[in-house]
Amino acid sequence: MFVLIVGAGRVGSALAKSALAAGHEVSVLDADPLSHERLDAGQSMSWEEANGQFTVGTALETDALIQAGIERADVFIASTAGDNTNLVIAQIAQKRFGVEKSIVRVMDPARAEWYGAQGLQTISPTKHAIEMFERALEPEAA
Amino acid sequence: MYAIIAGAGKVGRNLARELIGKGHEVTLIESSRPRYLTIEEEYEHAVQYGDATELWVLERAGIQRADLVIAVTGDDEDNILVCQVAKEKYLCDRIIARVNNPRNHDTFRLLGIQPAVSATDLILRLIEHEVPRYGLVHLLALEEERLEIIELEVTPDAPTVGERVADIALPEGSLVISVLRGGSGFVPKADTVIEAGDEVLLVLDSGLEEAITEFFAPNGHHSAI
Repeated sequence: MFVLIVGAGRVGSALAKSALAAGHEVSVLDADPLSHERLDAGQSMSWEEANGQFTVGTALETDALIQAGIERADVFIASTAGDNTNLVIAQIAQKRFGVEKSIVRVMDPARAEWYGAQGLQTISPTKHAIEMFERALEPEAA
Repeated sequence: MYAIIAGAGKVGRNLARELIGKGHEVTLIESSRPRYLTIEEEYEHAVQYGDATELWVLERAGIQRADLVIAVTGDDEDNILVCQVAKEKYLCDRIIARVNNPRNHDTFRLLGIQPAVSATDLILRLIEHEVPRYGLVHLLALEEERLEIIELEVTPDAPTVGERVADIALPEGSLVISVLRGGSGFVPKADTVIEAGDEVLLVLDSGLEEAITEFFAPNGHHSAI
């Protein structure tokens, strides 16, 4: 599969590395050139040597998305730091470029739920954290 | 009318003041605490502190009963999101969004966020009006309807000079609706003869501008801007 990941923060870069190791073709787009370092960190060879692709650019600019290979992407992952940016670019991937699977990180559980119902695949780390805290608070089962 | 305005920058604040002055009910939503505190002195209960892209903030502002939602923050993604949930989740009839970066205009259109207003585009249109390209001025563009009203000054070498309006074979989807001559305007009849120096107003389908220019100002596009 060809996976395009926008936003190479902690989540995006870790996901990029594991997807590449799993044998997928991976392209990463980030506005910050320094984020490339996260892709190299802890690896035996550089991201490019490992056949990863990296593009510097703003995801809202169509040219940057095209340069990063969106036209042949099977999966689009929006994992920038901004919920609203993620929601907008995931819809661009879906509606303009017809990417089959568009997965979005949305911190706000309320927006994650509503956009999830509108046909986007949303993942809300906040919601998961709340659930884990709630479980941790439960009294130990006897 | 009840209007919610997301973003209390210069645009949002002035819009709010105008709408309140016309007797409308307005809630401004501002996400910067210092800015909120500053403008609260003037707007009092008409301004709320919060991130307008959060659903509960919109609900607290009463989005369920809003007649109009205007998103004029400095961030295009935020403006898209506010308008999208207003329209699709809360079924608000009328939305207006500000486009900060004109290159994002297509994205607003793609996601059904219309009308979307860009200051850059408006100023460009004014420049076009002052310094017409092809000797053609856009007077009105009805984007949804894909119609435009334009104005052209007829050049002496135009093929239509001396022709009767009825004899000019204009492209399908265009019509001369008015002629301005010698300081006054009139609606042309079939036997009105076009003269050099006339300013003609036409209504046309979008995309016919160049074809129409050939009829009235064929060399207009050679004139330097």
